[in-house]
Amino acid sequence: MKTADSAAGSGSNTFRPSRSRRFKSGLVGWLFIAAAVLMIAAFYFYPMIQALILSFKTGTGMNLKFNGLANYERLFTDTMFLSAVSNTFIYLLFQVPIMIIFALFISVLLNDRKLKFKGFFRTAIFLPCITSLVAYSIVFKYLFAPDGLVNAFLLNIHLIGEPIQWLTHPFWAKVTIIIAITWRWTGYNMIFYLSGLQNIDQSIYEAARIDGASAVRQFFSITVPLLKPIILFTSITSTIGTLQLFDEVMNITRGGPGNATTTISQYIYNLSFEYSSDFGYAATVSYSIVIMIVVLSFIQFKVAGDRNA
Amino acid sequence: MHKAKRVSMYAFLCLAAFVSIFPFFWMIVSATNLSVDVTRGRLLPGAHLMDNLRNLTNSVDIWNALGNSAKISISTTILAMLIASLAGYGFEVYRSKAKDIVFSILLLSMMIPFAALMVPLYRMFGQITNFFPTFGIDTPAAVVIPTFTTAFLIFFFRQSTKMFPRELLEAGRMDGLSELGLFFRIYLPTMKTTYAAAAIITFMASWNNYMWPLVILQSPENQTIPLLISNLGSGYAPDYGLIMMAIVLSTIPTALVFFLMQKHFVAGMVGSVK
Repeated sequence: MKTADSAAGSGSNTFRPSRSRRFKSGLVGWLFIAAAVLMIAAFYFYPMIQALILSFKTGTGMNLKFNGLANYERLFTDTMFLSAVSNTFIYLLFQVPIMIIFALFISVLLNDRKLKFKGFFRTAIFLPCITSLVAYSIVFKYLFAPDGLVNAFLLNIHLIGEPIQWLTHPFWAKVTIIIAITWRWTGYNMIFYLSGLQNIDQSIYEAARIDGASAVRQFFSITVPLLKPIILFTSITSTIGTLQLFDEVMNITRGGPGNATTTISQYIYNLSFEYSSDFGYAATVSYSIVIMIVVLSFIQFKVAGDRNA
Repeated sequence: MHKAKRVSMYAFLCLAAFVSIFPFFWMIVSATNLSVDVTRGRLLPGAHLMDNLRNLTNSVDIWNALGNSAKISISTTILAMLIASLAGYGFEVYRSKAKDIVFSILLLSMMIPFAALMVPLYRMFGQITNFFPTFGIDTPAAVVIPTFTTAFLIFFFRQSTKMFPRELLEAGRMDGLSELGLFFRIYLPTMKTTYAAAAIITFMASWNNYMWPLVILQSPENQTIPLLISNLGSGYAPDYGLIMMAIVLSTIPTALVFFLMQKHFVAGMVGSVK
């Protein structure tokens, strides 16, 4: 670890640069970071303070007045909010683990030294990440239409007798959203695991093989523990991403049927710009996501253990 | 037994690759077919690429939307790299306890979901509109300004700066370069790969950004490409050929960036975790 003083640097061998020199280099350092700090303060922290004040106000558009904790009480009886929360948590509980397991499994296969066409497989599986969320959502919406290719294929191989209502049935619409997100992000997470796997010494696996450990055993006893920091990182970023889910539901199902696929982000958008511009209550709902993100990230850190995190 | 395992391994990877590629294949093939053929499930390239392009350009101003997106993404990328690299360099090279505290506070902003910022930012820009209409609601500047500085990118530059050889700075100081001169003359040219990775990440995110432009841009002539595609896709009687043409056009820039700079792209993503 380098110290601040050596970084500030005087050419000589003295341990501490002169006082004025230290002051000057300290000031220069602040100038380098000033613009970024101001921008983040202005466009992240200041708006969050504004949102906190707004969350205690009510009214439409720009005519707002304080109403104490009423907005926060409203959260608990607001069925739209509660269904947005439960939808978001359904996505979280199913989509994130499914995707992480897929990504881990694929990266373990791709890490096999004897595997051919490695580059092709890696590029192909990563490819979904280059599309915009809007573009792929529209493509998925059409592929999963009642008369779309997915139903045509499933009917053809006689897996189903009649078309599945992928977009208009409350259950299947959620499944469609989960499939779509998994398609888009599995390759992205895979890249992190692949780089982690490359850092694991192959001799550990050889030793395990000599001891007669099966591939499954090696996976759970070597791969998973050694990748734990990366798995933690990807599960936190995926959790934050899922809690903010917006583009996909807006473009695949519009939140429907009913509110079966609405997410919290979409509900905030609707409250602010689709319904009657209830900015105060929208800010209250916003704070609920912030709290969820903080709590869930904290839990994930705890579950993963502090040793590697 | 062992052979069966290898066969199933290849089978699984082929299936995964197929599922990943198929939507791209379908979108490109559909851009060359008439809408009726797409609904009939045609999976072979057709001869209607130019028809779809003509229908598309006749019904919406896609070149304008692509231009808007390019303008916004390129300015976001340039500003983002300048501000974030100055800060990442500042935090690491002029490290101090106080700056480390500021740095951890900045990192907290990564936990703030954009949906939470949307309403207060919209109101802020509503007020800005009264004084500086060129930076207010429904302007490209309003898309760029609140999005180009991210704690993630500052973190990314700080992490990369840890690998930067400090001796170069000492040598530069001996040559009489100013502190800012050291940054522009020595640090910047040395860190080209870091800048490349940062540029790719920022460009892609900006090109694909949907939520904030949806909120802040209102008139059709200011539309960015994701807004235009979203509008096309929400119609009740979609012309599949036309829409897929638009999607293909919107994906070309990011696909080019990806294939030309694949190595930097992956290095950039991974570098940020290490």
